[in-house]
Amino acid sequence: MRTVTKGMLAGLGLMLASSTSVLAQELTILWAEWDPANYLQELVNDYQAETGVTVTVETVPWPDFQTKAFTEFNAQGSAYDLVVGDSQWLGAGSTGGHYVDLTEFVKKHNLTTTMAPATMQYYSEYPGGSGTYWSVPLEGDAVGWAYRKDWFEDPTEMANFKAKYGYDLAVPTNLTQIVDIAEFFHRPEENRYGVAVYTQVPGDAITMGAENFIFGYGGSLGDYANYKVTGLLNSPESAEGLEAYKKLYTYGPPGWGNAFFAEVNTAIAQGQVAMGMNFFAFFPSLLNEATNPQAANMGFFANPPGPRGDDFAALGGQGISLISYSQNQEEAMKFLEWLVKDETQKKWGELGGYTAAAAILESEEFQNATPYNKAFYETMFKVRDFWALPEYAELLDEGQQAFYEYVVNGNGTAQETLDKLAATWVDSLKAAGYPAE
Amino acid sequence: MMTTLSPQSRAATRGWSDITIRNLFVIPTVAFLIIFNVFPLLYSLGFSFTDFRASSKAAVNFVGLKNYADILADPVIWRSFSTTLWYVIVSVSGQFVVGFGLALLLNRPIPGKGLLTTLLLLPMMLSPVVVGLFWKLIYDPSWGILNYALGLGKTAWLTDANLALYAVAITDIWMWSPFVMLLSLAGLSAVPKHLYEAASIDRASKLYTFFRVTLPLVAPILLIAVIFRTMEAFKTFDIAFVMTGQPQAELISSRLYKMAFAQWQTGPASALAYIVLIMVLCITNIYVKYLNKAKER
Repeated sequence: MRTVTKGMLAGLGLMLASSTSVLAQELTILWAEWDPANYLQELVNDYQAETGVTVTVETVPWPDFQTKAFTEFNAQGSAYDLVVGDSQWLGAGSTGGHYVDLTEFVKKHNLTTTMAPATMQYYSEYPGGSGTYWSVPLEGDAVGWAYRKDWFEDPTEMANFKAKYGYDLAVPTNLTQIVDIAEFFHRPEENRYGVAVYTQVPGDAITMGAENFIFGYGGSLGDYANYKVTGLLNSPESAEGLEAYKKLYTYGPPGWGNAFFAEVNTAIAQGQVAMGMNFFAFFPSLLNEATNPQAANMGFFANPPGPRGDDFAALGGQGISLISYSQNQEEAMKFLEWLVKDETQKKWGELGGYTAAAAILESEEFQNATPYNKAFYETMFKVRDFWALPEYAELLDEGQQAFYEYVVNGNGTAQETLDKLAATWVDSLKAAGYPAE
Repeated sequence: MMTTLSPQSRAATRGWSDITIRNLFVIPTVAFLIIFNVFPLLYSLGFSFTDFRASSKAAVNFVGLKNYADILADPVIWRSFSTTLWYVIVSVSGQFVVGFGLALLLNRPIPGKGLLTTLLLLPMMLSPVVVGLFWKLIYDPSWGILNYALGLGKTAWLTDANLALYAVAITDIWMWSPFVMLLSLAGLSAVPKHLYEAASIDRASKLYTFFRVTLPLVAPILLIAVIFRTMEAFKTFDIAFVMTGQPQAELISSRLYKMAFAQWQTGPASALAYIVLIMVLCITNIYVKYLNKAKER
């Protein structure tokens, strides 16, 4: 009997010991529910095959992603080891103590030179210019444009366009041409519209959309390093850009006041619009005939420069950060080391993820892999982002409301809107303790 | 009425008193309520006087009534409050008219009454998010059936600043009128038939009978329906959140959600939640007073 008991205890001990080691060989990544998360799961299966460490990508629908992530952070929960968080989360993630400082890791792997510079600046560094890094760029993304090649290349349309505007109908080379082309194709009586742009208020849609024009017309959302807003956000250039965005909105389908990525792709798939702005991450579905009957007619281009040559695009995408409360930090660091390897980044790009690795982006192979990769490459070297302060969500909400009131509801002028928003942002920044002006 | 244990029951043979058995039922419930309702309520009251942000590890400072003062001085929040008030008025009165009207129709002998009642109850059994998404399609300006059926062209119901709130209210009326109908039907079926017979003998008109017999007798139960629906309409979040992003149609619950969970302004959001709670309590109290008066009559 004693022998049996001893044997059972030994077995139990062995089971506990082995279960502990199994637990240590699991990593969980939190991300939003979208195609790139599926590609990442496919990618990390290779890591599992190589190392035996199980990596699970757990996803949350986009509208709940920020809430879910920060609820977990606030509770200092260890359910997730890594998070693929939005660029704007950097301030809250770092100052809140939720992210592990990856500066040494970044230096060791020379990421500031191997990754596209803008992605390190916006996905990883906080505060801006500090040389302190909190994430590794994972899913590079930005706003680009999809268009109907068949409409653009139709000889009759081309002739009519040239007669009306005095230049050839082609992929627009500046933002004013986008407005012209949208106006040209806007034919509500034919159930055909010029363009589908971002307008939604919950989230960051309308701000992301307007940013492309504000930046492109030479304006800005402020000096992020010095918390200066007045004179920058409400500069005449910013107002001109916002005005152009409002004009563009009027060439959208009816009731286009609640649109983000899904609505834009739907409008394109239904053959309603000549052009649509969207994050590059949503372009693969436009080439899938099962989801887009117009797939064979799709073309893509990067956000063009403004009338004075200012060439920017609104940044999307995310970096992957190590969560401070993870019980598996050592293993997670090993995973990140694997993730930044050239061959892993190459595979990531092949699976459909948007790598931020500069060498891969610059390669002919990558640029020719899909019809939109070249535009993506061009975009990733000219991106600009929103504020990334811990209080970014307040600034974003104020911006969303202000832009919507002007662009969709048609209240006030662009200059009045930006003057008012600048004053609101200065108040909000001051209330949060920043030396804003 | 106090019930007594059967002498043969297991509890009786174990020697459990009525009080012990009562406590076995009551104490877990009370404990549950204290842990999950009362404690968070008091805890958030404490937060409402601080600058606490749940997303930050910064020191929490006591700010007195600053959060309350800031909220009451914020024009965006006042806009949300007035929008919510108008929404409550439109939505609840719509539900009342439609629900009570349907109950009056169903309170007479009609063929297939049971099936009809069941079908009419379906909307309130659906998830509000599903209802919101359905109606979003119905309202769609390009291919929505509403514009097509009414010949309204490309009316943008959910994005027009002047229409969005009414569009959401119509959806809420569609979903919750059956609830008012159900309660009204219960009230109507409880009106003693002999009162109608007496009114008929006295040659009272239909209208006179309705206002002097039917309405006074169903008024208490109608008020209960209105209390429930007012409280719910005041807190409406899901349907509106799913259907529209129009800032002019932003209800106070959506604003509260943004403050609490998008911006993590936990202190100010707690203060706003208390202001909403006090408002709902005040409105409910007014109704309850009317309800008591109606009962006395």
